[in-house]
Amino acid sequence: MADFERLSEEVIAGSVDEVAELTQEAIDGGAEPKEIINQGLINGMSIVGQRFKEGDMFVPEVMMAAKAMKGGMELVEPLLAEGDTSTVGTVVLGTVAGDLHDIGKNLVAMMMESASLKVVDLGIDVDPAEFVEAVKEHQPDVLGMSALLTTTMLEMQNTIELLEEEGLRDSLKVIIGGAPVTPDFGEEIGADAWAPDAASAKDKVLELID
Amino acid sequence: MIIIGELINTSREEVEPAVKERDVEFIQNLAQEQEKAGADFIDVNCGTLIREEAEAMEWLVETVQEVVEVPLCIDSPDPEVIRVGLETHQGKALVNSITAEEERYQETLPLLQEYDAEVVALVMDDGGMPKDAEDRIRVAAQLIEDLTADGIDIDDIYVDPIIQPIGTDEKMGIQILNAIQEIVTEYPGVHITCGLSNISHGLPERPLLNQAFMLLAMSRGMDSAILDPLDERIMALATAADTLLANDQYCANYIKAAKSGHLDV
Repeated sequence: MADFERLSEEVIAGSVDEVAELTQEAIDGGAEPKEIINQGLINGMSIVGQRFKEGDMFVPEVMMAAKAMKGGMELVEPLLAEGDTSTVGTVVLGTVAGDLHDIGKNLVAMMMESASLKVVDLGIDVDPAEFVEAVKEHQPDVLGMSALLTTTMLEMQNTIELLEEEGLRDSLKVIIGGAPVTPDFGEEIGADAWAPDAASAKDKVLELID
Repeated sequence: MIIIGELINTSREEVEPAVKERDVEFIQNLAQEQEKAGADFIDVNCGTLIREEAEAMEWLVETVQEVVEVPLCIDSPDPEVIRVGLETHQGKALVNSITAEEERYQETLPLLQEYDAEVVALVMDDGGMPKDAEDRIRVAAQLIEDLTADGIDIDDIYVDPIIQPIGTDEKMGIQILNAIQEIVTEYPGVHITCGLSNISHGLPERPLLNQAFMLLAMSRGMDSAILDPLDERIMALATAADTLLANDQYCANYIKAAKSGHLDV
């Protein structure tokens, strides 16, 4: 019987080597790949997200934990049965046109990947047409937009309007965030959700997909 | 140290309703308190009031200037809002900010020329945010060269090296410090300013990191900061550091601050 609790704890502690070791042990011991992922790796990371939101863990610790988890995932993923995907949904992410800030958006991507979401990160300075193009190509469950400037926030609205024009708006949910972005603004422009930090963004997306 | 008082910013919870409701007393108090605490500029930022930012800026500049002697720092990424602020402002203002992004540079520069304003120059260009010391030095050099060629005095330029969190990149602090030193060595007379608090984003006990970083940056040549002047501890540290860095003849400011109780924090 694999010790998933310990595996989770080592993810939380950000112990890269131990997580790899325990994951390999679990594999060698015949544990189900899906169980290793869900009960061990993802479980640990979701506790990290929770503690981060509560202020008990800090950004560098979260990054270490994500790195440790990723090391484990790389060992398990090749063993997943055909058609048995480890992802629970797809998110297209980007910072809006005219805005070059990426630190917050990258944290959001990391959090989401750590929760088994497939993330298509379009980077910074993404204009509405590029978002729409990516939506057509990747057919995501959720589109996430980040803006750090009051002058670029309105690009979120432009993107949503273009999605509507193209008849794509109802095919996905839209979540927005970034320092100057408020829930009121989200409501005003017709976004489905808003999040104040990376861990909340991940939780909101999981709720939207559910 | 040239202190830019940061408290009149609508991204702060109490300030947004005060600006929306045009609460003269609240805003004037906040301005006067900062001036009294030693602010050399009072920053005014109403960026969260999208679509009504320009009107709010006009009101803020008028309202604040009624009660303070020090100039204001007109803080907006939108050149149109900056124009309204400068039109309203009496005396020489500081604009926050210009960047090396082509469009923003071209739209903001004429305002500096027309209104003879000082300017905060953020070290970003169309290639994005700076990643390391080299990016910062390169974009700062470009901004200083371009601005001075376009008639702005080097003494009116405040380079902001863009503080990014050490929480996501532990080398960020040292990269910024190295950049500051290089920029002031290469361009004597230019000012360096920054918003300090980004350095500690995502970490515990943030004020401690902000204070330590300010001192380190001052030792490399930073001579200004955008901060909360009502924070007595950081103001006392700035005073002490200035004295230690030989910016205080006969230690007069330090002694005066001590006698008036400002260092007793």
